[in-house]
Amino acid sequence: MSAARGFPPFRHRHLLGISQLDQYDILNLLDRAEAMIPVSRQERKSLPTLNGKTQINLFFEPSTRTQASFEIAGKRLGAQVTNMSVRTSSVSKGETLIDTAATLNAMRPDVIIVRHSASGAVELLSRKVGCAVINAGDGAHEHPTQALLDALTIRQHKGRLAGLTVAICGDIANSRVARSNLLLLGALQVRTRVIAPATLLPKGIETLASEVFTDMREGLKGADVVMMLRLQHERAQGRMIPSVREYYHFYGLDAEKLGYAKPDAIVMHPGPMNRGVEIDPAIADGARSVITDQVEMGVAVRMAVLDALLAEETH
Amino acid sequence: MAPVLFTRVRLVDPATALDAPGWLLVVDGRIAGLGQGAPQGVPEGAEIIDGRGRVLAPGLIDMRVFTGEPGHEYRETLASAAEAAAAGGVTSFVLMPDTSPVIDDGALVDFLKRRARDTAKVNVLPTAALTRGLRGEEITEYGLLKEAGAVALTDGRRSVQVAGLLKAAFTYANNFDMPIIHHVRDSSLAGDGVMNEGALATISGLKGLPPTAETVPLARDLQLAAATGVRYHAAQLSTDQSVRLVRAAKDGQARVSAGVSINNLTLNENDVAPYRSFFKLDPPLRSEDDRQAMIEGLRSGAIDVIHSAHDPMDSEVKRQPFAEAADGAVGLETLLAAALRLVHGQDLTLITVLRALTQRPAEILGLEAGRLAVGAPADVILFDLDYPFVVSETTLRSRSRNTAFEGARLAGLVLLTMVAGKPVFRHSAFI
Repeated sequence: MSAARGFPPFRHRHLLGISQLDQYDILNLLDRAEAMIPVSRQERKSLPTLNGKTQINLFFEPSTRTQASFEIAGKRLGAQVTNMSVRTSSVSKGETLIDTAATLNAMRPDVIIVRHSASGAVELLSRKVGCAVINAGDGAHEHPTQALLDALTIRQHKGRLAGLTVAICGDIANSRVARSNLLLLGALQVRTRVIAPATLLPKGIETLASEVFTDMREGLKGADVVMMLRLQHERAQGRMIPSVREYYHFYGLDAEKLGYAKPDAIVMHPGPMNRGVEIDPAIADGARSVITDQVEMGVAVRMAVLDALLAEETH
Repeated sequence: MAPVLFTRVRLVDPATALDAPGWLLVVDGRIAGLGQGAPQGVPEGAEIIDGRGRVLAPGLIDMRVFTGEPGHEYRETLASAAEAAAAGGVTSFVLMPDTSPVIDDGALVDFLKRRARDTAKVNVLPTAALTRGLRGEEITEYGLLKEAGAVALTDGRRSVQVAGLLKAAFTYANNFDMPIIHHVRDSSLAGDGVMNEGALATISGLKGLPPTAETVPLARDLQLAAATGVRYHAAQLSTDQSVRLVRAAKDGQARVSAGVSINNLTLNENDVAPYRSFFKLDPPLRSEDDRQAMIEGLRSGAIDVIHSAHDPMDSEVKRQPFAEAADGAVGLETLLAAALRLVHGQDLTLITVLRALTQRPAEILGLEAGRLAVGAPADVILFDLDYPFVVSETTLRSRSRNTAFEGARLAGLVLLTMVAGKPVFRHSAFI
């Protein structure tokens, strides 16, 4: 029995990226996720739809919030969840990714949730296992459930998606969150902008975004949503940006810059935040921030994705 | 060995711009005669091979081949590479020094020559390292390496980063008239790049390799080559700007030449998507415009050589997430047929393609082979220009199966390969 009765079937075996989805798939998942929101708000937060199913969280990169979110989502649907954290170094020295996939596959899981530092690694793994695979982030490629939870958060606050203007600001070059969001929002006729210093804008990004800005004030003008990205400042400093203080001066979100966006613009961040690097703490924790809503929507989206991939076959 | 007479063949010899029906006579491992009309001077007891109109051309000279011998024999040995070469119509190949140990000492060159003599059925031409251990820090013993039989100096897959060292290396190599073969890649510009920089890399979330990672060090090398007078061969071009740089250097009378791998000549970055690590190469597959520039470079003569960049890698290092997979693809066996794509597609003439596979490599390395001339070694191939086949990794003779042409439909089948007058490969379809 699925919690998501009445929704069209989700016609994919895996969720590897937003690029595999069309707008109907995306809206289907968002509608399903919306229906999951009340489950987590009620006192007994459980559904039986994944009873007897085995979910493995296979994280080659450390993660606290995404892994916890998938774990909670699975448990609220009744799945048995196993967490496996594999340090990439030990794997690259011994077992290959394909060996790991074969080993896990022999344990007959129903779904594997994978995060890996290499773009394309999750797709590679999905071709070697007999169960559903969900991409929880692969390199700088995709992070589909993040884009879905961002879209759901926007829809909850704005009542719609089509016709809005969303500005994504920060380390576009290294961000899978940016890519998945650009793909998803683009598929739903949302106007997308990317804002970053030229060193953090990858070649050809204009094929994914409606507009590209290096001036943050220009880029924020009239935006309905401001989505900030985490800057890996330890890695970027001295090469991509000269200093945190210069980055913050030109690309940190503060009240003055936010003033260029629409008065009712909301502020988002996929976390974890660097307060004082890409965002003013007063904004991060202020009235227009919907960052904790994103976390809540994350559980709903992941429940919906698990349900769509696994519960379908039982009815 | 009995003399061999090829009759009713289409003689194609780029060195003399010959493309005509005729015959060719092999005696004592050398070409003893060739011509049109009735064969002349045929000794008693000569074996007669009726070519039935197929192409008889000089055997290919492949200027860029890696094996795993010594050190990684499970990837490829000299013997297995030579099997693949013979089946592909390659009668000589230039061996890169990236082995374990690195070929940076005369005794190792000597070892390779002996191993090749005893185990390989085609000619193996060893190069030696340009710098000790391929580390890009100190030059090797160019004079002794030449005496041991190295045909050129190269750091193989590696690229020397320091201009001052290169200047010394070029100057000293010129002292012994040793040619340099250099793969150019500026490591600071290349960074962690793994595929051609551009929209495809960005969409895939892969780090881009900018064209400047090749053009900046190439411009440096060409200026140093002109300044020192050394014979310099840019191992493998991949960008249109690189072709223009080499063209300008040639116009300036520098003794430079350039090669392109069969991969950059016949494939482009679209083949990579999504994450097909068998197409992960160095230099990376570039845009279609760049590929067209390679073709134009061969047409104009800016590019001299087509090579296979044969680089055997086992699945352990190849079947990995794209960024973590090893670079390289095997290519000896498919080199000719893949290059003939350009002939069948009417991009280039048969003479132009074969010149880049025979005459030009021979001239650059100072070899006797590479032409159909009386007195030249009888390193020749007979092939059916139009015979179609589908590449299958399961039938490749190489010990490694990392081909970038799996499933490709090619036309051009080698029927007979002869090295020094001795048949080293006969296709079963050829009676």
